[in-house]
Amino acid sequence: MNQARLELMLCGGTGCRASGSHPFKDALAAEITRRELDGEIRIVETGCNGFCAVGPVMLVLPEDVFYQKLRPEDVPELVEEHLIKGKVVERLLYKDPGTKKRIPLMHDIPFFSNQMFWAMRNKGYIDPEKIDEYIARDGYFGAARALTEMSPEMIIEEVKTSGLRGRGGAGFPAGVKWEFASKTQSDIKYTLCNADEGDPGAFMDRSILEADPHAVLEGMIIAARAIGSSKGYIYCRTEYPLALARLGLAIKQAREYGLLGKDILGSGFDFDVEIYQGAGAFVCGEETALMRSIEGRRGMPRPRPPFPAHKGLFNKPTVLNNVETLANVGQIILHGGERYASVGTETSKGTKVFAISGDVNNIGLVEVPMGITLRKMIFEIGGGIPKKRKFKAVQLGGPSGGCIPEHLLDTPVDFEEIAKVGAIMGSGGVIVMDDQTCMVDMARFFMDFIQEESCGKCTPCREGTRRILQIVERICEGHGVPEDIETLEELSVVIKNSSLCGLGQTAPNPVLSTLRYFREEYDAHVYEKRCPAKRCAALLDFKVNEDKCTKCGLCYKACPVDAIVWKKKEVAFIDQEKCIQCLSCFSACKFDAID
Amino acid sequence: MLQQAEILESVLERYPSKPEYLIFMLQDIQADCGYIAPESMEIICEHANVPITQGYSVATFYQSFRLEPQGEHEIKVCLGTACHLKGGERLVENLERKLDIHRGETTEDMMFTLNTVNCLGACAMAPVAVVDDEYISSTTPAKLDKSLKAAQQQ
Repeated sequence: MNQARLELMLCGGTGCRASGSHPFKDALAAEITRRELDGEIRIVETGCNGFCAVGPVMLVLPEDVFYQKLRPEDVPELVEEHLIKGKVVERLLYKDPGTKKRIPLMHDIPFFSNQMFWAMRNKGYIDPEKIDEYIARDGYFGAARALTEMSPEMIIEEVKTSGLRGRGGAGFPAGVKWEFASKTQSDIKYTLCNADEGDPGAFMDRSILEADPHAVLEGMIIAARAIGSSKGYIYCRTEYPLALARLGLAIKQAREYGLLGKDILGSGFDFDVEIYQGAGAFVCGEETALMRSIEGRRGMPRPRPPFPAHKGLFNKPTVLNNVETLANVGQIILHGGERYASVGTETSKGTKVFAISGDVNNIGLVEVPMGITLRKMIFEIGGGIPKKRKFKAVQLGGPSGGCIPEHLLDTPVDFEEIAKVGAIMGSGGVIVMDDQTCMVDMARFFMDFIQEESCGKCTPCREGTRRILQIVERICEGHGVPEDIETLEELSVVIKNSSLCGLGQTAPNPVLSTLRYFREEYDAHVYEKRCPAKRCAALLDFKVNEDKCTKCGLCYKACPVDAIVWKKKEVAFIDQEKCIQCLSCFSACKFDAID
Repeated sequence: MLQQAEILESVLERYPSKPEYLIFMLQDIQADCGYIAPESMEIICEHANVPITQGYSVATFYQSFRLEPQGEHEIKVCLGTACHLKGGERLVENLERKLDIHRGETTEDMMFTLNTVNCLGACAMAPVAVVDDEYISSTTPAKLDKSLKAAQQQ
């Protein structure tokens, strides 16, 4: 690699691409060529930087200057001022929503300064399509150590020392899982990577695969060595085209470099990896379902035991680890398990990647040390709630997670602590909700999802989730009866205790946690036929409150069926004949003036 | 069927006659033809050495398989949690009215198919919709209109 004077690390993750990083890149490259700067300035398209909310983003190295919301029009000024004269372009810097000050350096921005990088240490710093750049940042050194200096027992011991627990949701200690599989005798064993990130609102695995695919391969090589496996599969969802493409390229490069295939690094150890493209089923995130899917069948779970470490894919011993878990492994082997274990809480070590989204300013991907409080994550890193609205709840752990209210925001991020307050760590989706969110509607939304995704094999999950959904729907439509709440609680317990797999066992969580913390909202729906957050269309009047209406006309513009009558300086009026109760006007109104 | 025959041949060539390649073959046909025709299903199942019932049990289990011909352009509206909070459902309802079809269906002129997806993992841009391969961020009915028109003129 030639050393350039400046390196422009432009984000090419899914988020920034969608907000226009490619047109910007083309304009930038053309201008750099025009100004004859090609030799000294290098543009690198990186994987997801994490700060998706302000994309497209670009980091200037070695200076560490962070630019945001870049448009092709900004190119001439940026090149002239920064790249040639060395002056930072103030107006393209990140503006702190609190202090209103522009912050030039990435490491000073609260979104980044409160993070700690292990699994995502390379994000934004390398070109994910070049194996050399990964190697230049100590990539594959962990694998080299594992293959040439360590026995499988030593690898397992190191991972156990690190305290690394499965990042896919269940939190099972990775080292223990590997130990089980390593002790099982078999002619062939399989090493699987679970990249079937199905939780809505979770995109950390996608981002890791896009930004640093080799880290995942390195983790797989080490895992394979530990258990004595020669064949691996990465099960990745088809909704992630960019991640799939980069993984494919990474595998090809690793083979060329002798890091996959026969006799890796001259150690006599053989291992190769294939990508398996998931066909779209949420339940395939469950390990036994995923394995059945690879076998070419319906992805339905089966009872355990036997555990996959004894009888997994094609009835052979198998270990399955999540993308994020594997991305940590190379560094753990390189730097030692103790260093990893020095971060975190008593039972949850190291860092965890979270995808923060919903009603929060800094939507994006963050990696934080275990033990950080939810409050810090949402208000310092996440930058708080937009539009001066109030925080209402945070939903953790995907569809079968739970909603946590304001007074529990000081709960630390830790597998056990999160479970105590009725949610699950899950894969790491953090969805923030403001005071305009109806918690009964959220429970309905999640139950709808789970009911749809229930594979149908066991009765409690198949029938039970459907009954729960029917009751919650009834409540949202204003037909709830007082017994409903009791029935919900009863059903939930049965489903939890008697379902076959993790999907069913956690399926009632959205209802249980909203009932636990937002019971008064259920009561308002059931007894008063009222939706306090104004989300349940059947319980609303669709009438303009004349006292609150500021005559701004925003509702008029938002209505898709021209049901709103409005003229300048006049109170709006909703024509009930034409109104289709779509709620567009409710979202558009800034003054809470529609009832 | 004629249009799938040629593609089918190359798909069969690529995979050994083993049950575990069933989903691979179905995916390839799906990707190239947009749907799996009954005749293709029969031939693939035979090649994979599985009963045709297994072919259909798999094809109806996973969301990405279609058994009906699809429209020329695909509209995908994300209904993940973040998109739900920001009104994704309303976008779908709006399209259903406009195109006069339900989600999962194709317009009569075979121009558009309207699908919903669980999550595209692009939550910063919520609500997200994808027309063919183009992502639309902070989608509004007006932005969708523009994309549909552009797609139609291609």
